[in-house]
Amino acid sequence: MKAEVKELPTEIMELQMGPSHPATHGTIKFNLKLEGEKVLDCDVEVGYLHRGFDKSCEQSTWTQVIPYTDRLNYASPLINNVGYAMTVEKLIGAETPPRCQYIRVIISELSRIYDHLTCCGMASSELGAITPGFYMIEARELVTRIVEQLTGARLTVTYVRVGGVKHDLPDGFAEGVTRTFQTIRKLLDDCDLLLSRNRIFIDRLSNVGVISQETALNYSLTGPILRATGIGYDVRKAFPYLVYDQLDFEVPVGTRGDNYDRFICRIREIEQSMKIVEQALAQLPVGPVWIEDPRFVLPEKEKVYNSIEGLMHHFKIIMEGIHVPAGETYFAVEGGNGELGFYIVSDGGGRPYRIRVRPPCFIAMGAFHQMIKGYMVADIVPTFGMINMIGGECDR
Amino acid sequence: MAETDSRLETIQQKLATKIIEILRPQGDDVVILDRAGLRESFRILKHTPELDFDFLSDITAVDYWQKQEPRFEVVYQILSRAKRARLRIRVPVPENDPSIESLTPIWRGANFMEREVWDLFGIRFIDHPDLRRVLLYEEFRGHPLRKDYPVNLTQPRVPERKIDGTFVDERSHNKLMRLKKSLGTKN
Repeated sequence: MKAEVKELPTEIMELQMGPSHPATHGTIKFNLKLEGEKVLDCDVEVGYLHRGFDKSCEQSTWTQVIPYTDRLNYASPLINNVGYAMTVEKLIGAETPPRCQYIRVIISELSRIYDHLTCCGMASSELGAITPGFYMIEARELVTRIVEQLTGARLTVTYVRVGGVKHDLPDGFAEGVTRTFQTIRKLLDDCDLLLSRNRIFIDRLSNVGVISQETALNYSLTGPILRATGIGYDVRKAFPYLVYDQLDFEVPVGTRGDNYDRFICRIREIEQSMKIVEQALAQLPVGPVWIEDPRFVLPEKEKVYNSIEGLMHHFKIIMEGIHVPAGETYFAVEGGNGELGFYIVSDGGGRPYRIRVRPPCFIAMGAFHQMIKGYMVADIVPTFGMINMIGGECDR
Repeated sequence: MAETDSRLETIQQKLATKIIEILRPQGDDVVILDRAGLRESFRILKHTPELDFDFLSDITAVDYWQKQEPRFEVVYQILSRAKRARLRIRVPVPENDPSIESLTPIWRGANFMEREVWDLFGIRFIDHPDLRRVLLYEEFRGHPLRKDYPVNLTQPRVPERKIDGTFVDERSHNKLMRLKKSLGTKN
């Protein structure tokens, strides 16, 4: 019998993946060009969660913007709060007291742990690793409880204010954190045993979504995606803010720039963040958590009820909002997914003239076609998962 | 501080004719540049070894409607990782011709950021490979972050788009018809 070899007739297929797809945790659409299962090109459509963050901010007072920033990257709302408040403080020219700065470092790092656990947990459960996924979500729940104990809310925290934080740490906070970290470390050890050397998991992640150093820089990528390629750019080290220059921590970097390196970078960063929180709690100075400036900070209730100045300051801040001097400035903090920058313009009034957020995951989505070109359709799920696109921040 | 001064001096030397003003608000370095030959200016900033601004951080715009002439200002945040320095470039853009050179040939990451500025401010980027709206939909009227766009303006309803693609093309339609015919069902 003669074996007949026939070329299978193939044609390029256009497939739309999303906007609501069970394997991508985010509302996003991929317009794919496929040859068989191979991705030839991918056009990313974002914007399904666009709600006019910039325009809304221009209608509110400087303080009313803080709840909007909670809803940007809702996996790390505290970092957004800190970034925004510090940008406004930079324009005012105010420096917060040391205790406030340490508290801001602690909450930023707790948020980062939360962000990375969300990313890694979701990404692994999307790949079928349900058990470690739930272990990480349990760890995340423990972080949420600390945040809830501190701020009174689980997700929409609105804890940081221009000129300080809403209130001091509650009693027994440090002990609670220490206990929680013991449990998180145990859970992460279990996850490590289940995932980091798991053949199936490595096969799905390793050498997938590879991006070179030059391409990553060319596409303005930051955060774990850039660090996975081996470039140790971290805003906390490159442009130190708060008290990060007094704390001892490392920036984990990868070597190959693939999804596995991104995963490992995030897991190692969780460990570094816990180290930072422990150091900051040990060094935490005593003192006020507010700047002493009645133009920007609400007076104590005692003063409001008993003195005419207190009442006036209270009235002015509540009715007109704080007055930020005219000017423009840019300030960036290291968010969960990369450089989270705020560019603000003030015309001297009680309301911002323009607020722009540099969203790290929007910029990462701009490079997504480069990461996925030439790989399989199934590789979209881990690659997209390791970017950790958060709709609220990407689409604003 | 001295380092910053020498850096700004180098910029002054290299881009002498392009610079409108150099400012130092809140310790930031801000350079206001002319939009003519902007891409060349950025090439110089990127490739001069003493400056080495190799990373484009952000592109955005501000609308100074009825406040300032020219009306728009496109704002670039660039940074040098090696020198640990940030630089902000502001480029005025007039209302009657809102266009500016695209930076996509230098940094491909500028693609999405410039699409966003086009989407929300209506500033055109010359030589951009794919200048479509990114956050809003194609049929959206106007550019919402312009100050003369009212906050409570509602957009008209958009007719349903015609679907074309692999699953609804002629062949699969004909195949479906044949199948129905062979099964003897109507419609």
